[in-house]
Parts: sequence; structure tokens; C-alpha cells
Amino acid sequence: MSTTRKRVYGYLAEFKNASQLYKAAEKVRDAGFKKWDCYSPYPIHGLDGAMGMKRSILPWFVFFGGMTGTATAFSLAYSTQVIIYPTIVQAKPTNIFTIPAYFPIMFELTVLFSGFTVLFGLLALIQLPRLNHPLFASKQFHRATDDGFFIAIEARDPQFSPNQTRDLLAEIGGKNIELVEEED
Amino acid sequence: MATTTHTAHEPHTGVKLPVLEREKLILSGRSYHWITDRICGVLENRQPFIWWLLFIPSALIALIGVGGGLTHLVSTGVGIWGNTNRVMWGWPIVNFVFWIGIGHAGTLISAILFLTRQNWRTSINRAAEAMTIFAVMCAGIFPAFHVGRVWFAWFLAPVPNANAIWQNFKSPLLWDVFAVSTYFTISLIFWYLGMVPDLATIRDRCKPGLRRILYGIFSLGWRGGNRQWSHYEMAYLLLAALSTPLVLSVHSVVSFDFATSVVPGWHTTIFPPYFVAGAIFGGFAMVLTIMVPARFIYGLQDLITMKHIDNMAKIILLTGTIVGYAYLMELFVAFYSGAIYEMDAFKFRIAGPYWWAYLAMMTCNVISPQVFWWRSCRENLWVVMIVAMFVNVGMWFERFVIIVTTLARMWLPGDWKTFSPSPQDQLLFIGTIGLFLALFMLFLRFLPCINIAEVKWAMRESDPHHDDHLEHPDPGTIVEAAYQHELAGK
Repeated sequence: MSTTRKRVYGYLAEFKNASQLYKAAEKVRDAGFKKWDCYSPYPIHGLDGAMGMKRSILPWFVFFGGMTGTATAFSLAYSTQVIIYPTIVQAKPTNIFTIPAYFPIMFELTVLFSGFTVLFGLLALIQLPRLNHPLFASKQFHRATDDGFFIAIEARDPQFSPNQTRDLLAEIGGKNIELVEEED
Repeated sequence: MATTTHTAHEPHTGVKLPVLEREKLILSGRSYHWITDRICGVLENRQPFIWWLLFIPSALIALIGVGGGLTHLVSTGVGIWGNTNRVMWGWPIVNFVFWIGIGHAGTLISAILFLTRQNWRTSINRAAEAMTIFAVMCAGIFPAFHVGRVWFAWFLAPVPNANAIWQNFKSPLLWDVFAVSTYFTISLIFWYLGMVPDLATIRDRCKPGLRRILYGIFSLGWRGGNRQWSHYEMAYLLLAALSTPLVLSVHSVVSFDFATSVVPGWHTTIFPPYFVAGAIFGGFAMVLTIMVPARFIYGLQDLITMKHIDNMAKIILLTGTIVGYAYLMELFVAFYSGAIYEMDAFKFRIAGPYWWAYLAMMTCNVISPQVFWWRSCRENLWVVMIVAMFVNVGMWFERFVIIVTTLARMWLPGDWKTFSPSPQDQLLFIGTIGLFLALFMLFLRFLPCINIAEVKWAMRESDPHHDDHLEHPDPGTIVEAAYQHELAGK
């Protein structure tokens, strides 16, 4: 059997409910931590502010993704209908003035490209998929997807100190404070 | 649950404002863990006998109807269908429009009710979205094979081919290809993304093994941190905002297939809104058809309450009445236009050889939902189920009336034909019903049928400010208990 070295991931503390978590998050934010997160079974509205987080930048990605879709549909329709294979059907001319007839497909591809941008943009922003995470080594963390509310403060945060951070978590109402370690 | 404790503090000097208590979406004061247990229990426990009783026949019907039916069709040729005449759209396009319409309720519930903050959607959106996906899958079969030689179906896609011919981008039929395929893709993304946190819940309940690995892979390593939730919520909002115009566009584009033609009875501007209302109407009926039995079988009454069913019944009443208005307006415009061909088309619909289809459409879609004006009918699940079945049938007949009775009397008397579906037509349609049911049963067996995270989110104590009143004892309001019939002893 090989010996494994362990590296400290950080502290994990449980909180009673959403409002306790919210109040604790404000205090962790005010203590100046940056590498930490609140874990809950459902999205808690307002927690972004309590954690000092900015609004998600995903809409910007999606705007440009959607515009790419519009441009793709227009160039597809225009190049095939006007340049490569001009055919007069339904008495419509083969020039730029036919553009109203291309609107439905321009709309659909805008939505389609936006949808894919949402999916892949989201995965990039939340850094998933990944196969494992140090927190999954915790014995209590599985409750975060059921009825547990947790705060985890990571050891790589410059403010982290083995004793003071634990005391802070205890002071703001954290229970079952656990030192989570990952295998190196 | 501290719902009416606001009044227990020191007296307020001014007049207290009465505030009506919000009707609870989750009954019996269930805990988060109970919700997780109950919803995951649907797929973790042994399936009840009735699951097998429904799954095995529907899977067999799907196998024979879709598998066998399509094999026979492709190996013989589409000539075995009944539409080898001027009623060339025939039964396959009736079924296509029927199924694609069913899907619309799923997107309505998940997207439009999300944007309008109707929190009651959380208990039913997952199943309705699943229904959307399966209905669109059933729908896709028909046009794909209706093209004649299905191995040339790729001609629909704008890719260079050996004949150097490009698709006609001015044609509603090509718009339809883009609309339906986009709709399917976006619905799938929406459904899957919405399911990721719930798949993580199931993963965390599994014992180590294959199940855990598979749910682990599909949950993408979700941890439920707020740094994830924040982006996730934004993604969900964006998808809802994208799906809302999309769902309205899909059935509008389907109706353009009809409305842009120069055929009496089809060439009308009322078609897009009329089709969309009809689709939502038919879709909600299908949601009720499936969810009312499912909530009994799996004991989900505290999650899918009578309030949910009441709301759905009201939407059926509203959209059914819009559809009824559209039917009457079509008749009025045909009369008011003074166009003899238009008038004849409608006379033929009502009094021609297909009078029974028109009558079935009118009775099922316009008259039957009117019983939902009465609360006692909305609360009686037998009545709700019967009306939902009527609507399912009626919406199929609506498409039959629109397509078959119109094409049976086109401009030239030489084209006139009375349509009858061939056995192969009927087999394939019954097969898709089996396919739909079988897929839904598998969904119940393997995936969380109610959105666990969102149901928890919709509960009162999930709001981090729900207990703020303890620090500010007197908000100046008085909460009055609202009517809730489960609590009133019904």
C-alpha cells in the first residue's frame, strides 16, 4: 500500500438554514475572504450580494453567440438564394429585398446559437464538467444537494489560517466544522 | 412554518393592512429531506405493478407500430399510405401537427411561466418538458418519412449536394425544418440543464457503483455552490427568455405551411395565434392526462396539489375559449369576405362528408372545457381527466379538419377525393402513442420527475429573509388565511 500525502482543501461548516447561511455569508465577505463558496440545495436569491459577487457575465457571451447565429442564417440564405442559386419562386426577386422571407430562419438560428452559447458558456463559467472535487471527500457534503447549507473556505485564500478561520466559522454559527483534505 | 405569527406582537398604532396569505405550493409542511426522498423515491424504489402494466404494452406497441410500421413503409414505399391522391398531406401531417402541438405546454410551463414568476410551475415543469421532448420526437417521424424517400431526407439540410441545388429559403417548409429542429435542440438543452442539480442529488444518494458513476457523469460534477448557482440561474433565465419567443414561433411557422398557401380555408392571417393557442391548449390537456394519474401512483399529492390542477384547468378553459373564438372568427371572415370559395370551404367542413370531424372538434375543444367555469368541476379529478381526454381527441380532430377537409375539396373538381387512412397510417400513429408513453415511463423510472431544487426554492422558508420579521416585529400588515381546500378537509 502506498502512502498518500494529503493537502488541506479548506474548512467546511454547516449552517442551519438559508437565512443563517445568508447572514454568515455577509460576515465571511466582510472578513475579506475571496476563495470561498456557499453550498445549498437550491439557489438562494440575494446570496450573490451577501457574498460580494458580481452579476454573471453569461448574457454577454450569449449576445455575441446569438448575433453569430443571425449572421450565419443571413449569409446562408443570401449566398445560396442570391449568389449561388438564384431562383424566382413565389414571384419574389432574388436580391436583398427578399430579406423578409429569410427572417424566420434568421430568428431560429439566433435562438439556436444562443442556446448553445448558454450551454457551453455556462459550463465554462462554472468550470464543469469535472470528475471529482476535494469537497466530495467530506462525510457531510452529500447533504448539500439534499437539505444541508454549507460554507467552505479554501486554504488557498491568503486570509486563511488554520485556527482563526475555524474560530470565525464557529463564531458566525457554523456547526460540524470539518477540515477537508484532498489527496495530493 | 411561521405564517400567521406577524400579528402576535405589540399593538400597532395605525391601521393594519390586510394581506391575503399566499396559497402554499407544498402542502403538509414538508421538509427539504422529505421532498428529496419522495421525488428520488419514484426512481429508487421498485416500480409499482401498474408501471409494468403500462410500460410493457406501450413498448410493444411502439416496437410494432413505429419499428415494424416504418420498416414496412420504407421497404415497400409510401404508396401504402392513404395519401396517394390530392389529400397528399393526409394523415402523416395531421399527426405531425398534433404531436408538435402537444410539446408546446412543456415550453410554456418551463419558460413563459418562469418569466411571469408563476412559482406553481416548479412542481410540473420537469414532466411537462420531458413530454415536450418525447412529443417532438414522435412528431419528427412523420415529416421525415412523408418526404417519400427517407434516405433523401438530408436534402432538407442546407448542405451542398451533387445536384448543386440549394433549398428554397423563402419556403415555409424549410422554415419548419429550422423551427422544429431548433425547438427540439433548445428544449433538450433546457430540460437537461434544469436537471443537472437534481441528477447531483440522486448521485449523492447512490451507493458506490455503476448507478453512481452514471448519475455522476450526467450531473457533470455539480456541487451546488453559489458561484455555480449564480451563473446557472442566469443561464436558466436566458434559456427561458430564448424559449418564449421560440415556442411562439414554432407553431406560427407550422401554421405558415398552411397560411401562405392559396387554398381556401388555409389562407388566413388568424392561423399563427390560433395554432399557438391550440397547441398550448392541447399540451396542457396532455400534461393533465399524464400527471393526474402519476401523482396518485407515486403519492405526490403534497407536491402536485389541487391548486396546480386548478391552475391548469383554468389555462385549458382560457386557451379553449381562444380556440373557440378562432373557429367562429374563421367562419365569420369567410362569410364577411364574400369570397365564394372561402365560404364553400367552410360549408363543406361543417356539412360535408366530414361533418362528424367538425362536430367532434367543436364539442371536444370548445364545449367540453367550458365545464371548468365551475370550481366543483376543476376540483373533481374524474371530470378533469375526462375533459383532458376530450381535448386530446378534439385537438387531433382539429388538425384532421384543417388538413383533410381542405385538401379533399381543392380548386379542380377532378382533384376531389374522400380521404381514408390506410391500415399502415393507423398503425404508425398508434405506434407513436406507444412510443410516447413508453418513453415517459422510462423517464419516470430513471430521471427525477419533479424539479427537486426548484420545488425547494419555491417554499417559504427558502427565502433567506423569511424570518426577518423576527427582528422587525411589526410590519404593519395582518395576514389573512386564504382558502386552501386540502386544509379545509376535502
